[in-house]
Amino acid sequence: MSAHANLERRRQAIYGWLLLSPAAVLLTVFAFYPSIATLWSSLFSRHTRRNPSEFVGTENYADLFADPTFWLVVKNNLFYAGITIPVSIFIALSMALWANSKISARGFVRTAYFTPTVLPMIAAANLWLFFYTPGLGVLDQIGSLFGLPSVNWLGQPQTALWAIIIVTIWKEAGFFMIFYLAALQTIPVDLKEAADIEGTSRWTYTRRIVLPLLMPTTLFIAVNAMINSVKLIDHLFILTKGGPSDASKLILYYIWEMAFAFFDAPHAAAITVLVIAVLGVVAAVQFLYLDRRTHYQ
Amino acid sequence: MTTAPMVVLKDIAKRWNGQLGVEGISLDIPEGSFTALLGPSGCGKSTTLRLLAGLELPDEGTILIDGKDVTTSAASDRNLSMVFQSYALFPHLSVAENVVFGLKVRRVPKQKRQEKLHRALEITGLLGYENRKPGQLSGGQRQRVALARAIVAGQRLCLMDEPLSNLDAKLRNSVRKDIKKLQRDLGITVIYVTHDQTEAMSMADTVVLMKDGHIQQVGTPNDLYSNPKNTFVAEFVGAPPMALIESSVLGGFGEDKTIGIRAENIQIVPKGEGRMSCIVNESEFLGAETLIGLDHEGARGLCVLKPGLSMVAEGNEIDINFHDEHLHVFDAAGHRLVR
Repeated sequence: MSAHANLERRRQAIYGWLLLSPAAVLLTVFAFYPSIATLWSSLFSRHTRRNPSEFVGTENYADLFADPTFWLVVKNNLFYAGITIPVSIFIALSMALWANSKISARGFVRTAYFTPTVLPMIAAANLWLFFYTPGLGVLDQIGSLFGLPSVNWLGQPQTALWAIIIVTIWKEAGFFMIFYLAALQTIPVDLKEAADIEGTSRWTYTRRIVLPLLMPTTLFIAVNAMINSVKLIDHLFILTKGGPSDASKLILYYIWEMAFAFFDAPHAAAITVLVIAVLGVVAAVQFLYLDRRTHYQ
Repeated sequence: MTTAPMVVLKDIAKRWNGQLGVEGISLDIPEGSFTALLGPSGCGKSTTLRLLAGLELPDEGTILIDGKDVTTSAASDRNLSMVFQSYALFPHLSVAENVVFGLKVRRVPKQKRQEKLHRALEITGLLGYENRKPGQLSGGQRQRVALARAIVAGQRLCLMDEPLSNLDAKLRNSVRKDIKKLQRDLGITVIYVTHDQTEAMSMADTVVLMKDGHIQQVGTPNDLYSNPKNTFVAEFVGAPPMALIESSVLGGFGEDKTIGIRAENIQIVPKGEGRMSCIVNESEFLGAETLIGLDHEGARGLCVLKPGLSMVAEGNEIDINFHDEHLHVFDAAGHRLVR
């Protein structure tokens, strides 16, 4: 190889590394290093004045698996994710299909749907606190009109998690709808016209043409919804604090409690590692399996 | 060709929020014919086609297809197929799925679907591409998929909306011939929208030339070329189009008329012997002949064809001559005067 070609190759390599380095540095400092550090600290015992921290291997994990509260939290979170993800995706899709069709005041409808997303989490939670408050709350006010007894939605184990689920769906559906709306607008109008000439019903058109073309968006939303389902914490602070008797406690709240209420960093680290592992596996499955069945334009 | 018209449009009008769409469109299209709707962009030719397809509903008038009033019928009840300018192929479906999509919707049995698919792909030369996605095909192949989808159901009427405008020039020529052959072999009625007069003239039995939502002239390609009804038709049809000369320049035709003359009827003559004296403004070598553009203050679009390569320097003054029998005379409003 001649000298100038060699030089050019090296120049390209330097150029490439320069472009790569900002992302690499940021990811290393704020994602890779913390993950490794968390994994590392989850292998040590808790540091107290009498017992200095020492290597305990998987003992922290064993403690967790023996802890019924941990399993309750896992169950709560699975249930929470199992309801919120499909329901919010379904509602988002329905709203998007509706808001994308030729209705009057389309702009207003879109804005209205998107409002929950714009509200700060804490403000939204306070709003719902007002809905759910026994006696004074809007739900009870409406219920009393029909002679229904007052219900403490957030204060009893049977309904607390459901109350949180509804707030989440209310907040996420509008956000996901925006993605669906954007995707719907990339579908050319003449596909609909070509289908019309063949006599395709609206339902067949939606099922055979629109939904497959929306698959990339659905995949993206599903991954996001899954991540959000382990990220929820703000609402819990305002609405239930994980109670009553841990009925609405979700994983991130549990980690926070472990680390900053009980000051048990090693156990908190252990749960974090488990969450990262599970999320990683699920995201990989979603991308590897669903990706193959998804058409990208 | 049978005498009963396949498609009848009667006084069709369509306006967009008061703006002009099309106005007073009346047409009879015989079965088995190839009709081209021709005109500059925005002339209403696509609107006419969409009205016919049932993708838009007319504000006034009636549409008959095969003797049936379909003015307000749904697109699917009109028994027609359509080829879109963008092809409108479903990007996530394979070629085969795209072609049989309509048959599936109409619940044609699988056995029959396969037969029709095979035949449609055979005709369009797409056998072997069944499992490709549209994204893996070239522009010409995609265009043929769109054609296959249009003919697979065996509808007798096929609408085409500028189907060649996304192809390169060379491909356009060959597909043009394919479409014409397809139409003849299958004996279907084709209504074809285009802004390219070469396409319209070379393919169509009948050309409908439109401008600003109105029909300017309906006739055979030869009709439009040799007997343009008005100055718009004269200046739109033909390459190069007809030159228009103010009658005062020529004498013997009165004052406020316009005289049309085609390039092939003009001869260059020695100085002092011609009827007009012009300045050369460009010479364009076309291969078999050279097109020489001429400037004259009382005329526009004047040019003359010389065989072979014979460039004339810009700015040269030359005299031209022509015979009266080749002249087309239009009145002040631009309408043809019968001579």
